[in-house]
Amino acid sequence: MTWDIVANILIGGVLTGLVYALMALGLSVIFGVIRVVNFAHGEMTALAMYAAVLLFEGGRLDPVLSIPLVAGGLFVLGYIMQRRLVEPFIGRPEHEQFILLLSVAVILTNGLLIAFGPDARGILTDYSFDSYAFGPIIVDKTRVIAAAGALVSALGLLAFFRYSRTGKAIRACSDNLLGARVVGLNVPRLYGLTFGLGAAAVGIAGCLLALVIDVLPPLGPELTLLAFIIVIVGGLGSMTGALLGGILIGMSEAIAGLLFTPSMKSMLSFALLILVLALRPQGLFGKRAL
Amino acid sequence: MSDTPLLTVRRLRKSFRGLLAVDAVTFDVAAGSITAMIGPNGAGKTTTFNLIAGVMAPDDGEILLDGQRLNGLRPDQICHAGIGRTFQIVRPFPKLSVLDNVLVGALRDGSSVRQARRAALDVLDLLGLAGEAGKPAASLTLPERKRLEVARALATGPRLLLLDEVMAGLRPSETDRLVETFRDLNRQTGVTILLIEHVMRAVMALSDVVHVINTGRLIAAGPPDAVVSDPAVLECYLGEDTEI
Amino acid sequence: MSGRVLSAGEGSSTRARIALALFFAALAIAPFLVGDFLLSVLVIILYFAFVGQAWNLMMGYAGQLSLGHALYVGIGAYASAALFVHFGIPPLIGALPAMALAALVGASIGLLAFRFRIGGVYFALLTIAFAEFTRILVSHIGWLGATEGFFLPIENRTDIDLVALRGPPHMFYYIFLVLTGAALLAIRRIMDSRLGYYWLAIREDETAAEAAGINIFRYKMIAVMISAGMTALAGIVTAFYYNNLFPTDVFGIHRSIEIILAPIVGGLGTLFGPIVGAFVLGILGEGLTIVLDQAGIATAGVKHLVYAVFLFLIVRFLPGGLWPWLAARLGLDRDWRA
Repeated sequence: MTWDIVANILIGGVLTGLVYALMALGLSVIFGVIRVVNFAHGEMTALAMYAAVLLFEGGRLDPVLSIPLVAGGLFVLGYIMQRRLVEPFIGRPEHEQFILLLSVAVILTNGLLIAFGPDARGILTDYSFDSYAFGPIIVDKTRVIAAAGALVSALGLLAFFRYSRTGKAIRACSDNLLGARVVGLNVPRLYGLTFGLGAAAVGIAGCLLALVIDVLPPLGPELTLLAFIIVIVGGLGSMTGALLGGILIGMSEAIAGLLFTPSMKSMLSFALLILVLALRPQGLFGKRAL
Repeated sequence: MSDTPLLTVRRLRKSFRGLLAVDAVTFDVAAGSITAMIGPNGAGKTTTFNLIAGVMAPDDGEILLDGQRLNGLRPDQICHAGIGRTFQIVRPFPKLSVLDNVLVGALRDGSSVRQARRAALDVLDLLGLAGEAGKPAASLTLPERKRLEVARALATGPRLLLLDEVMAGLRPSETDRLVETFRDLNRQTGVTILLIEHVMRAVMALSDVVHVINTGRLIAAGPPDAVVSDPAVLECYLGEDTEI
Repeated sequence: MSGRVLSAGEGSSTRARIALALFFAALAIAPFLVGDFLLSVLVIILYFAFVGQAWNLMMGYAGQLSLGHALYVGIGAYASAALFVHFGIPPLIGALPAMALAALVGASIGLLAFRFRIGGVYFALLTIAFAEFTRILVSHIGWLGATEGFFLPIENRTDIDLVALRGPPHMFYYIFLVLTGAALLAIRRIMDSRLGYYWLAIREDETAAEAAGINIFRYKMIAVMISAGMTALAGIVTAFYYNNLFPTDVFGIHRSIEIILAPIVGGLGTLFGPIVGAFVLGILGEGLTIVLDQAGIATAGVKHLVYAVFLFLIVRFLPGGLWPWLAARLGLDRDWRA
């Protein structure tokens, strides 16, 4: 095994990790503001991936170009989910919220199974087999596009929360809910927007992920777990933590594929999660104590 | 009431990220007494209270209950050592009945469920909650919940009862009733009481000794009448809503 | 989650006792009345009732949400099967180390989580992580058959051998029936003891429980270990009932989710909730399968979809579960809910 191969694989891991990070960012945003854990996160990602696949198959629409459509659709879905499903559960015991979203997750997975069957579906674009060579490093074009798209979207989301009026208002809800209500912020609407934005991030991540990997119904729960691992490793509620956690998990998957067999790659992620929870439960980049 | 201290606090110190919340506080609580700790908001009362109750460990100093060192013990161990506490924001077990709430406390001394149930009923009687025994705790009114909080702590059989602002949010008539209850408790069971309190009406009526804390330090101590006329105390309360 | 509104220990009404006796009597004679298919459905129902009781003990009573209970089923199943196949140790004896191993793994998860007071969702994720970790691990252990599956020698016997757990389907039915009944009695007893009261206190408010002198770490650990051991026992019996084990089929997250359905639908923190939930879901699921089969509709996914919709309706509109609601309408004693 040469260093070229190691570097190739690591860079591939970082690129995929960036897409994971965007998905996990959505989870982190929803939890950080609404304090509800979206257990259907990966299932929504799978839904977005199927949407990208259908748009590609039906309309020959490149996954990158289908982003506005899919992200918009997911935004609406997220907004409605928050206002119709989650809102009545705010203030109810944590396990009831959890069971609610678990039931949504199972409905989505089995709905996808009934609609599309158990076989994997993928997207094969004209550039699917193209790659860029940087000296000895060779990277797939699709991965570069996916990673770049994820990075831009993630930075856009971060900028939105940092600089826009609405973003600041949402952060106010997360910092001090009572205060936000006192100054007259429309909290239910802002919560709806937040869930919508988290879902839109998932929509973008789904389109980009569809470029890189095939989708099948059981991918949903896998991605949910992956997103959770990323945000917990990175620090739940920390946006930069989610980004760095995504890259870290992408790399650890790549390393596991290299050292063991690809089928053991998620085992290393789970081991990492267990290790982090055991040694640093606030996450690698989180500051807040639990 | 005797002069032997039940609780001894020596040079207690606790800081949070450089902010000194409790600064070398030293005081005694005499066995059998009702002692109050007062001071403006942010004075360090609650931190002192939490240090005694084992919610956090002190950086320095000593907490002794009847000679036994309590530093660094967990809250459940503190309870077993003989200190019962209430919470400022009441924490009943909402879905359990009032009786079962107190029964849980009464199991502390190792008695059987049957014995604990009998003991719990006695405590409920003492606090005037016997009529509510079968109701879920969530259905109680705030004054009733405060009593339940005291009942559960008392059921653990403490030598020292720590009361964390139990009067807050009560109407004057309810405060007077609770003051009466604590007096009776102290007289009948001999339990020593240390209370943190903002409601001066209760402090004046109840306590044998008042300790005044400000900016993490003990600034005055003595009988209630003497303490409230102490210039240092008046100064620290100036501009404060003392609710006298 | 229903609590103990009336103090436990007050006598249960004769009406409730008669209802319970009739219920178990009906179940005891059921194998003589139903065919092979229905019997197999009943075995599954009782399996879910029993593991539901084990899970409910941890979540419904002690308030610790586990989403990885398939882990303990799998540990029981694989450990007892491996001891039998590789060393010839019969499951009746192998059950002890298998349950102990499950309890030990449960304790390790508890140690990690409870030391830092990791609760709620974090704890749930930790349990999933362990189950998934084990699933992938077992998939790579050739000694346990890896992904190709681990098989027990099949013997179609009509005589009953309880030591080797070999016998006809109705033997397995009665094993689960006895386990469910025994668990019912044991849990009722526990819930009227110090342990039970401490669990309820921890479920309701850990901080207040600790201030009342309860070593919350110790009592949470006890809950996890008992629950894990009980669940492993169900795994042992199923291993010898089905005679084959596949990692994804045993440890998969969908298996863990199946386990939590019955107690939630029936009523968290209630004595009869898991049993009622298992029967309702079992009848619903099998009924649906039959209807769909006859209509010629492919059933993959439909059953779980309907389960999930049902779960949603329960948690949305009847979060206390079916049993408390049903018990009130049947005029059964209130304390039978606790």
